[in-house]
Amino acid sequence: MEFTEDQLQRYSRHIILPEVGEKGQIKLLKAKVFIVGAGGLGSPVGYYLTAAGVGTIAIVDNDNVELSNLQRQIAHSTKTIGEPKVESAKNTFESLNPDVHVIPIKQRLTKHNILDLIRDYDIVVDCSDNYATRFLVNDACVMSKKPLVTGAIFKFEGQLTVVIPGDGPCYRCLFEEPPPHGVLPSPQGAGLLGFLPGVIGTLQAAEVLKLIIGTGEILKGELLIYNALKPSFRKVKIPKNPDCPICSDHPTITELVDYS
Amino acid sequence: MAVKVRIPTPLQKLTDGKDEVEGEPGTVISLINNLDKRFPGIGERISEGGKIRRFINIYLNDEDIRFLQNEGTEVKDDDEVSIVPAIAGG
Repeated sequence: MEFTEDQLQRYSRHIILPEVGEKGQIKLLKAKVFIVGAGGLGSPVGYYLTAAGVGTIAIVDNDNVELSNLQRQIAHSTKTIGEPKVESAKNTFESLNPDVHVIPIKQRLTKHNILDLIRDYDIVVDCSDNYATRFLVNDACVMSKKPLVTGAIFKFEGQLTVVIPGDGPCYRCLFEEPPPHGVLPSPQGAGLLGFLPGVIGTLQAAEVLKLIIGTGEILKGELLIYNALKPSFRKVKIPKNPDCPICSDHPTITELVDYS
Repeated sequence: MAVKVRIPTPLQKLTDGKDEVEGEPGTVISLINNLDKRFPGIGERISEGGKIRRFINIYLNDEDIRFLQNEGTEVKDDDEVSIVPAIAGG
């Protein structure tokens, strides 16, 4: 593939980096990434992947933009209040970089549609806002052997890890099942510092870009925990669970579960 | 000397907003039961019937106790115990 003159300029800071180069940029332009959620985390993930020239980005979300989203969900704007979040995000991303093909999917992910929806994508990025979707996305990625970059936030704390099915632990090796309703405080009722999804989402984008380019170390087998108030970043190990209900060699979960 | 216990954000309501509290050496489960005496309610959030709940992990320093001696893992003075629950916001 040949770069256009515009592309050579747009991606010049990538192309002059030996770790990326023309080869890496071509990989980015050919990559297909599936983002779950067009909210706080999905906004910076989509923004940076778009800026980097990731060729195809699908983004799934069933909600419309609300005024209370704008404190943190930077893919949207006052002008797009009331519009589907995926349409609002598509407009934002495509105006940043017309090279990128953004596919808006206004749906809720379920055990019936997820495997079909992610089938054609190289990497899945979980930016969802509930436990049920997080376990669904993990299980679907394990079953379809897709790398998963998962990030989550709560008030002023964030968590991040990468799942490479067949090569290390999955999200269920870390947390076996979602909490019963009401045992842990829900993110919706708790409040959130507005920049927090920017930190965690940008780190998710970094892992996606490294996976595509094939450079650096991937944050797998470890959970990165960010506390904005300390401020601190620390990592804990995620051992592969030999009895993991989904990714061990004797799984007890053989079809997708809907916890919602 | 004591054990340093890191309290995650979702449980800090039970520790008066503290992100770190002191715990007593012993097994992990006795440490949690003792914490519950000072911070009522924290024990049942973390464990149920003497077992750590399946959406929470406990780390001794940076090792997951499920791969040490689980709830019976011995914790000593100066060790650091982290309680890490699944969080879901996006």
